[in-house]
Amino acid sequence: MTEFPYLKDQDVVEVQRGPEPGGAAGAYRAFGETLRGLKTTMARLIEGPLTIQYPEEKTPVYPRFRGRHKLHRFEDTGLEKCVGCSLCAAACPSDCIRVVAAENVPGERVSAGERFAAVYEINLSRCIFCGYCEIACPFDAITMGHDYEMADYDRADLIFTKEMLLAEPLERAPLKAGGE
Amino acid sequence: MIPLADTSFVEATWVMIVKSLVIFGVVFAILPLMTVLERKLIGRFQHRYGPNRVGPFGILQPLADVGKLLGKEAFRPANALPTLFVLGPLLPVLSGVLALAIIPWGDVQHGVGLYGIDVPIGILYFFAVGSIAFYGVLLGGWASGSKYSLLGAMRGAAQLISYEVSMGLALLGAIIMGGSLSLVDIVHAQGAVWFVVPQLVGFLIFMLAGFAETNRTPFDMPEADAELVQGFMTEYGGMRFGSFLLVEYMEIIVVCGIAAAVFLGGWMGPGPSFLDPIWMLAKMLGLVLLFIWVRATLPRLRYDQLMSLGWKILLPLATLNVLVTAVLVVVT
Repeated sequence: MTEFPYLKDQDVVEVQRGPEPGGAAGAYRAFGETLRGLKTTMARLIEGPLTIQYPEEKTPVYPRFRGRHKLHRFEDTGLEKCVGCSLCAAACPSDCIRVVAAENVPGERVSAGERFAAVYEINLSRCIFCGYCEIACPFDAITMGHDYEMADYDRADLIFTKEMLLAEPLERAPLKAGGE
Repeated sequence: MIPLADTSFVEATWVMIVKSLVIFGVVFAILPLMTVLERKLIGRFQHRYGPNRVGPFGILQPLADVGKLLGKEAFRPANALPTLFVLGPLLPVLSGVLALAIIPWGDVQHGVGLYGIDVPIGILYFFAVGSIAFYGVLLGGWASGSKYSLLGAMRGAAQLISYEVSMGLALLGAIIMGGSLSLVDIVHAQGAVWFVVPQLVGFLIFMLAGFAETNRTPFDMPEADAELVQGFMTEYGGMRFGSFLLVEYMEIIVVCGIAAAVFLGGWMGPGPSFLDPIWMLAKMLGLVLLFIWVRATLPRLRYDQLMSLGWKILLPLATLNVLVTAVLVVVT
């Protein structure tokens, strides 16, 4: 250890080098490593595929997954929760929600409040699924659902109206068991 | 004197024609199944399913592939050499079909030998015909007029000289023990014990050289899709590319057939004699699975690594194997 007089003995680490490649020993090692590799791949074969066959099998989503929006009704009275306050439209960063409010007429009430949303449209081709509308809503009238299959052939079909948002989704996305 | 041009068994012409048609038909029915088997197995080796959409279990995938290839334009680059460019994919097909003739599927039954032809120079014929396949690589690479193709072809040439000698020497041990070059005689000589036991070294060397002969991983340097964009096949498209692919699988069948006949006792197996071709096929399939398994496992060797493997390890080992076998055969 006298080669490094400026270093303390415990600071000098001797590098452990592997055996030199090549030669008969190298060939023997390569053969052994090949067998080890073959064992590794065979173990993968026995484990079986991990692929999820997407259109038939779907990946479960977490409970807080932000998918397509849903509008809600009161379960007891059947009245819409939305009162047409446009707070969601104000909160929306991509400006994709359009609300036109109208006064409730006694006798044929649509919502529980004074006013209701006569027009409620979400342009899903602009939506970034940030969930700010859900946070802004004072009545929990709009929430993010679990639907994520929204591809379509026409941009006009991606503008969802109030009726479409109020309706139950045709097919529910599977939910992860544990979640949070 | 050794009767080189003799065939030890003469049959009627129509029998020969029927036999060749049957062998051709059976092998060409197996080839597409092999491609789908390989893709499915490679998938399983990688935690995937592989093709499973076309037909039940994806079994019609090759049909879809061939349909696609047939629909493609037979394009030729402007600076390619026309005749050689077309000849490139044709020669290997010829060589593969010719080599199929000597694979023994069974013994003589009811006056019909269950093989294309039993030439007394069997293994020499295999080497002679098998080397023609290499002209496909070289001509294809040269005539394409592309630097990647040429590089692939050059690598193929360098690869050929480094494995071909060891391949021949690996078989020589079994030839000495069998006392004949004819594959049928060699299979007959394995009645007591398959040659894979006394000739284990020869078998391993032959399989290693077989990987190189068929341009398969870990010796797929002429193709080298990662660095040479398919090497000598770069400029080919449509069914010309398809025939290169077809040849690769045909060569696997031929190499596995030779290995099964020389080292694994050919058609020998329990059961009545009409099961012989099934046994042969089963042994070949086992070796094909080994090919696929190795492909799923090993990375491509570097150019110089193959050279040093071929010249420094395989060749001395094969020579030693031959010497020891020869001495033992003479002594006992």
